[in-house]
Amino acid sequence: MEFWGHITTFFSAENYTLFVVGIGSGILCFASGVVGTFTYLRKRALIGDVISHSVLPGVAIAFMLTGVKNPVYFLIGAVISGLLAIWIVDYVQAKSKLKPDAILALTLSVFFGLGIVLLTKIQHSGNDAQSGLDSFLFGKAASMSIADVQLFSIIAVINIACILFFLRGFSLVSFDENYARGIGFNVNFLKSFLALLTVLTVAIGVQAVGVVLMAALLITPAAGARFLTNSIRRMLLYAGLFGFLSGVIGVFISYSGTGMPTGPWIVVVLSLFTITAIMLGKQRGVIARIKLRKGNHIKINNENVLKDIYKLADDGQKTIETSILLQQEKYATSELKAILNRLEKQDYLDQVRGFIILSDRGRIAAREVIRKHRLWEIYLSKYFQMQEDHVHDDAEGIEHVITPEIEKHLIKLLERPEIDPHQSEIPYE
Amino acid sequence: MKQPPIIEVHNLTVLYGRKPALWNIDFDLPEKQVIGIMGPNGSGKSTLLKSIMGVVTPTSGFTKVYDQSLNNVRDRVSYVPQRQDIDWDFPASVWEIVAMGRYQKRGLFKKLTTEDQDIITDSLEKVNMLGYAKRQISQLSGGQQQRVFLARAIAQQGDLFLMDEPFAGVDIATEEMIISLLKDMKEAGKTLVIVHHDLHTAQSYFDHLVLLNTRLIASGPTEEVFTDQILTDTYGGKLTTISKISQELENKEFPIRHK
Repeated sequence: MEFWGHITTFFSAENYTLFVVGIGSGILCFASGVVGTFTYLRKRALIGDVISHSVLPGVAIAFMLTGVKNPVYFLIGAVISGLLAIWIVDYVQAKSKLKPDAILALTLSVFFGLGIVLLTKIQHSGNDAQSGLDSFLFGKAASMSIADVQLFSIIAVINIACILFFLRGFSLVSFDENYARGIGFNVNFLKSFLALLTVLTVAIGVQAVGVVLMAALLITPAAGARFLTNSIRRMLLYAGLFGFLSGVIGVFISYSGTGMPTGPWIVVVLSLFTITAIMLGKQRGVIARIKLRKGNHIKINNENVLKDIYKLADDGQKTIETSILLQQEKYATSELKAILNRLEKQDYLDQVRGFIILSDRGRIAAREVIRKHRLWEIYLSKYFQMQEDHVHDDAEGIEHVITPEIEKHLIKLLERPEIDPHQSEIPYE
Repeated sequence: MKQPPIIEVHNLTVLYGRKPALWNIDFDLPEKQVIGIMGPNGSGKSTLLKSIMGVVTPTSGFTKVYDQSLNNVRDRVSYVPQRQDIDWDFPASVWEIVAMGRYQKRGLFKKLTTEDQDIITDSLEKVNMLGYAKRQISQLSGGQQQRVFLARAIAQQGDLFLMDEPFAGVDIATEEMIISLLKDMKEAGKTLVIVHHDLHTAQSYFDHLVLLNTRLIASGPTEEVFTDQILTDTYGGKLTTISKISQELENKEFPIRHK
């Protein structure tokens, strides 16, 4: 099959160029993920977009001045015009009354517009060397030469090394700039250096994905990585890996089909990684949150049913008929059965031929819920002047939320009360 | 006997754009006291603290700490910035934040030593947050966030503490904890300068007060300064003239001083 043929070719490195370009593109994207983590944490996502669009006129001018397609000249042009764009954004922000978002939008479109104008002019100039310059728009990693890839990879590795070397400074500046100044860190240097690293990363990254999609390569890996970890070091690693894998896979896909652009494919793969991370993240992930909500739902049902049985069975002493529970019409028959079976499995109660009796464990759990319910009622009526007939509904919800610590705190605050606002006794252990 | 000033603020003016945030402020602060910096919203309290810490560059005038430029004595000054200025969703643990208190000593690159680890542990213990060391900071309550910031400043081991609104938005337990901590620190010979805005507690918390409203209204021992007249001058409507002038400077782009 053609597809498998490509894969074997790719991984057996028979096609040396493709192998080098794939790995090189991976390294570029790794650097973008790492550097972009700080862009993301400093909430500079839009600045990233400005920088990537604003390198275009630099590249065009570099070509117009030299007349050759030399990546070193492109790089120099890109870095200069990227830095100029940052400087303009900062300067206008300090000196004018324009709002930041307007300044960013203006700078981006002015630079990008100028870049397109210059590119068009070059294309009409009749210089044969210009063919392929438009790949700066959407990137064409697959057509990079081995020498280019080596150069870019070295710069990318240096960028990553700089980030790791200055990790403490960059982290502190991103988290708390005032404090960093307060303890005498050279914040201006750190910020400028980080900006330079960002521009350099963008300048080499656009070779792979192009200026239009470069911002995605900076921000998307970090956005996904943030869902997977609460540690900045791990976040840097994950963002880098997302970038790397997308870079490699993107080049491969782009190579396997004719006329497939590299940049869009890298970004599509990257987005898949990020969406997966957003779904699977342990604490923040969508699935984790759905599970959490489901768990809450189960807890609420369990506790409510235990509480009902306890009350119906004279404080859990007697055996009651299952049908009495059903007559309350709080649950559908099937749902109630499921809840009861679950509770039986967890040793909260025993079911024998249509009868239910609470176990010791079940009685303790039921008393706990009732206790929390009544404590909350007292708290509401004491501190918020709520009428006795209003506190019950509120407590029906909150009884499931109160943790052992909050319960302890409530008992202390209310001085271990004996009866609730409805004159019922508080069941302590 | 008069003690030497620990902080000297000399003719300090700070402009944001053309609008003065602080205007010709001039005062000295005594050592080993709990000092409150008070004034209405937008009166320049935070800006004053930031100028002393070198976070904001003054337009004119200067501040001195221990009779020197701050750069020479930074290791003696601990700083607690405003909690609300920070994004608490940053990926970091409580321990990592308090460890920043050691960066002043260790600089950008040096590894933290076991001595540093002990200091971090002690600092966390002092604010009752040791049990939260591994907690992600986004999971903290406002009061806990403030304690973490205090622990970070304590880990700096300075003699002079500058705190920006440490009581803003914290629970009562934290407020009481901070107050008792301040007392201990004062007894240990530390000087505490605190930006505060609750007038009710001012008298009981502070030995010395600085009252600001863009310009300096008064600076002195609390019993001398906390008078109806001075409070009216600080908080009352009489100073709308100052804000009208500031507005004029801003809108018509006048210079504050013609050179």
